[in-house]
Amino acid sequence: MRPTAFGGKQLRAFDRSWPGLTAAPAKPPRPLGGIASDALVRHLYVHLPFCAHRCGYCDFVTVVGRRGQHAGYVDGLLAELELERELLAPELETVFLGGGTPTFTEPRELERLLAALPAAAEVTIEANPETVTPALAELLRRNRVNRVSLGAQSFQPELLGVLDRVAGPDDVRAGVENLRDAGFDNISLDLIYGIPGQRPSDLAADIGEALGLRPEHLSCYELEAKPGTRFTHAHGEELRRQAEAMEGYFECVVEMLIGAGYRWYETANFCRAVGGRDLRSRHNLAYWRGRDYLGLGIGAVSTVRGQRWRTTPRLGPYLAALREGRRPLRELELLPDSVQREERVMLGLRLDEPLPFAAVAASVDAEALTRLERLGLAQRVSLGDGEPPAAPGALTLTPQGRLLGDAVTADLLA
Amino acid sequence: MDLQRIRNFSIIAHIDHGKSTLADRILELTKTVSGREMRAQVLDTMELERERGITIKAQAVRVNWKGNELNLIDTPGHVDFTYEVSRSLQACEGAVLVVDAAQGVEAQTVANAYLAIENNLEIVPVVNKIDLPQADPDAAAAELAELVGGKPEDVLRISAKTGEGVADVLDAIVERIPPPSGLVSAAAPPRALVFDSSYDQYRGVVAFVRMVDGAFAAGEPLRAMAQGTRFEAEEVGFFSPTMKAAETLGAGEVGYVITGLKDVSRLRVGDTLTSERNPAAEPLPGYKDVKPMVFAGLFPTDSDDYPDLRDALERLKLNDAALFYEPETSQALGFGFRCGFLGLLHMEIVRERLEREFDLDLLVTAPNVAYRVLERSGEWLEVHNPAEMPRELDAVEEPYVRASIIVPKDYVGPVMELNNDRRGRFDHMEYLSPERVLLAYELPLAEIVLDYYDQLKSRTRGYASFDYDVAGFREGALARVDILIGEEPVDALSMIVHRDAAYSRGKALVERLRKEIPRQYFDVAVQAAIGSRVIARETVKAKRKDVLAKCYGGDISRKRKLLEKQKAGKRRMKQVGAVEVPQEAFLAVLNLNDGSKK
Repeated sequence: MRPTAFGGKQLRAFDRSWPGLTAAPAKPPRPLGGIASDALVRHLYVHLPFCAHRCGYCDFVTVVGRRGQHAGYVDGLLAELELERELLAPELETVFLGGGTPTFTEPRELERLLAALPAAAEVTIEANPETVTPALAELLRRNRVNRVSLGAQSFQPELLGVLDRVAGPDDVRAGVENLRDAGFDNISLDLIYGIPGQRPSDLAADIGEALGLRPEHLSCYELEAKPGTRFTHAHGEELRRQAEAMEGYFECVVEMLIGAGYRWYETANFCRAVGGRDLRSRHNLAYWRGRDYLGLGIGAVSTVRGQRWRTTPRLGPYLAALREGRRPLRELELLPDSVQREERVMLGLRLDEPLPFAAVAASVDAEALTRLERLGLAQRVSLGDGEPPAAPGALTLTPQGRLLGDAVTADLLA
Repeated sequence: MDLQRIRNFSIIAHIDHGKSTLADRILELTKTVSGREMRAQVLDTMELERERGITIKAQAVRVNWKGNELNLIDTPGHVDFTYEVSRSLQACEGAVLVVDAAQGVEAQTVANAYLAIENNLEIVPVVNKIDLPQADPDAAAAELAELVGGKPEDVLRISAKTGEGVADVLDAIVERIPPPSGLVSAAAPPRALVFDSSYDQYRGVVAFVRMVDGAFAAGEPLRAMAQGTRFEAEEVGFFSPTMKAAETLGAGEVGYVITGLKDVSRLRVGDTLTSERNPAAEPLPGYKDVKPMVFAGLFPTDSDDYPDLRDALERLKLNDAALFYEPETSQALGFGFRCGFLGLLHMEIVRERLEREFDLDLLVTAPNVAYRVLERSGEWLEVHNPAEMPRELDAVEEPYVRASIIVPKDYVGPVMELNNDRRGRFDHMEYLSPERVLLAYELPLAEIVLDYYDQLKSRTRGYASFDYDVAGFREGALARVDILIGEEPVDALSMIVHRDAAYSRGKALVERLRKEIPRQYFDVAVQAAIGSRVIARETVKAKRKDVLAKCYGGDISRKRKLLEKQKAGKRRMKQVGAVEVPQEAFLAVLNLNDGSKK
């Protein structure tokens, strides 16, 4: 780790989770003349770091308060977008505004940003329930946002308290209602399980409440005690103690949601499987399928043509660089073919769709695969393109294997 | 040299009581080394010796004092090398017995004093470190006089550090220690005792000898009488303190013979050298083949290092005839060597030298002792590895030691309790002083190889001193306990324990293993069994979840690194059947008593 990349202490603290990258104010990959359009990036992530306060468990790049800087930050994002525009395809598939709390951004500035972003088939924004007023829902709708991911986390007031969340259960219900009223037909709810003190009945109640709101999509995360967070400091010991008692929670979540008619399409993600609509998150599918993506804003990560870079998480230097028309500092990581293959396996096996085998075969340990097949954790399946059944061309994990996905993947990789 | 002017002596002392410092002072005072050459502890040449402050290989130095030739034979300072100590003592007529004025007599002092008395040596008792503020020379002198059966006023009081009284020690050596006796005549068939040897990569084995009868000349054909090894004395000489060639080595003198032999095992400590042309009829008494008593498996952590380990052992063996090794294959740990040692310190030293001088990363299994097994066929078999112990047998014998433990009287209770737990048989108890007690016990060696010394220290707040020597083999009610992981027996975890302890040890070990073995994709049974009878069982529950919940664009690199770490962790595992077992688990048996005893 070279903290000199961005200079200050802040990065060092932030950077603990970021593996050792080459520190350099990286130039983005230069588009070659006459490059095919599919080499252009079709997925855009925009980071809006502002939050009313920082939740104890959060280790994202966030900026608390600083209302006065929202306008300057949107200026910065738009300037950065201009600098990188040549990487983007003329028509984007997805735009995702994540945070922070994107909906905490000053409405005027949020609207200015949304209006200036390129159009896309799916435009998602993350929102905290308490910020979703009828006016905000209207603003999002009018600016082509067609998917909202709402951070509900739990419906139990005392568990929300443990997480430092501001919103109460009623805020979540009101937020969903406001979005529906504004015409949103693609709402995702985030739930967190494994909260210190959470009993199995709390978990069942949370899922029941969430299902009652009939979201098109659900993301369910186990609470991770990330090193260095206030939360880990306060509750880490307790989390370790209850780890065994709660290890069945994941299974329980999966069973309940599948039972309610949801598709478990990614390790932590579920979508309604009715009415012929594909309600999977198209933006996140792009990550899991190994597509290129461009990230704008502080701390945002981009992966484009074998290079990955993360922009400085420091607001001041980020804005200063863009005011001067320069790219902000970045950490650069080169992804050789072998690493790209490994990532394809690692991400692809999180999905319920088969992973085409040929492209990753060189990184898969055939013996391990046979062993995992025998244990009923992995299976080779047909790609369904008329290949002979003797030569199944794709790989997938069984439901059991998906629960143990990290260990299975570690075994599978050669 | 006139025999009347020769004195051969050793300095014997408990570790850290100042033996090497006294030797250094003697070299300085006799101008054997100049002040400029003087390094602290000249005689300890190996890096490890200097660092640990113990002497591993004995050396012999000739010094001159007031017209006399004094041969100082340095002895190794630890119980594991008792045999070498006793050979060194046999080469002497007297011994300077050193005791720390602040510590008083310790277990090793007692053992050494008895050894000296057994060898009919004249003892010069010395209380050292009288310059220390906490020194109590009167008390130490009283203990020492009691021990050797002399008068406290005959005990010399010195400070080897400052040099005070060292000249008196030299005078006392000349006055009190008798000159050597032997057949001086040049026509007498020569006999020399080999009391140590070392290996020089250019000149081969160098024998350290005490001429008893006659003389050796350079170039003379010689023979080791016990082993029958023949060679020519390429050079003879003495140490002063480095090697100085001489034309002859005469009766009563101490020096070296360069043999040119390329294998230390061909010349054993304790053997008698004689001349081929004028051979002696009888060897000197007391030769004994030292046998390793403590065994452990040494495995390279990385199996690619196996050839390096083999080469390293070969080279160590050149300088350490007592080291024994043979290839061992463990289904759990792969290819390695079963090594035999004189004792625990010897094992520790070998291991440290392998890791330090040869840069090897080793996995050392729990040590065990040598067993003698009477098979159904009526044949006695020596077993060095619990996994080789036949399941069907008539009788087993295990080595016992005579242990001396010296403790302040308040700790007698805890020490007796410990010894009872360890199947000790009380022999006798002596008050060395109103405050300090000597406890003599017989203990099975197997009971002290694991953690006895640590237990002893913790139960006596570090005040106990401990020494032992091997007393011989005794029959024991012993059982072989096997460990099965997921139905597969794991050779490296088999242990031989007393029948009464089999259940509790088996239970403790499987409990320990349950904690050491990570959870797998399926339930794993960990069992301890005697023959086909399971005596303890634990289950490592299958894991139900192992996946990071979140993985989006900003998480991928971190996630990949975590995965690589997980993968690297798996690579360090050993495969036992379908179960992945971390290498540390194989050492679980080493730490069985952690926390289970006070």
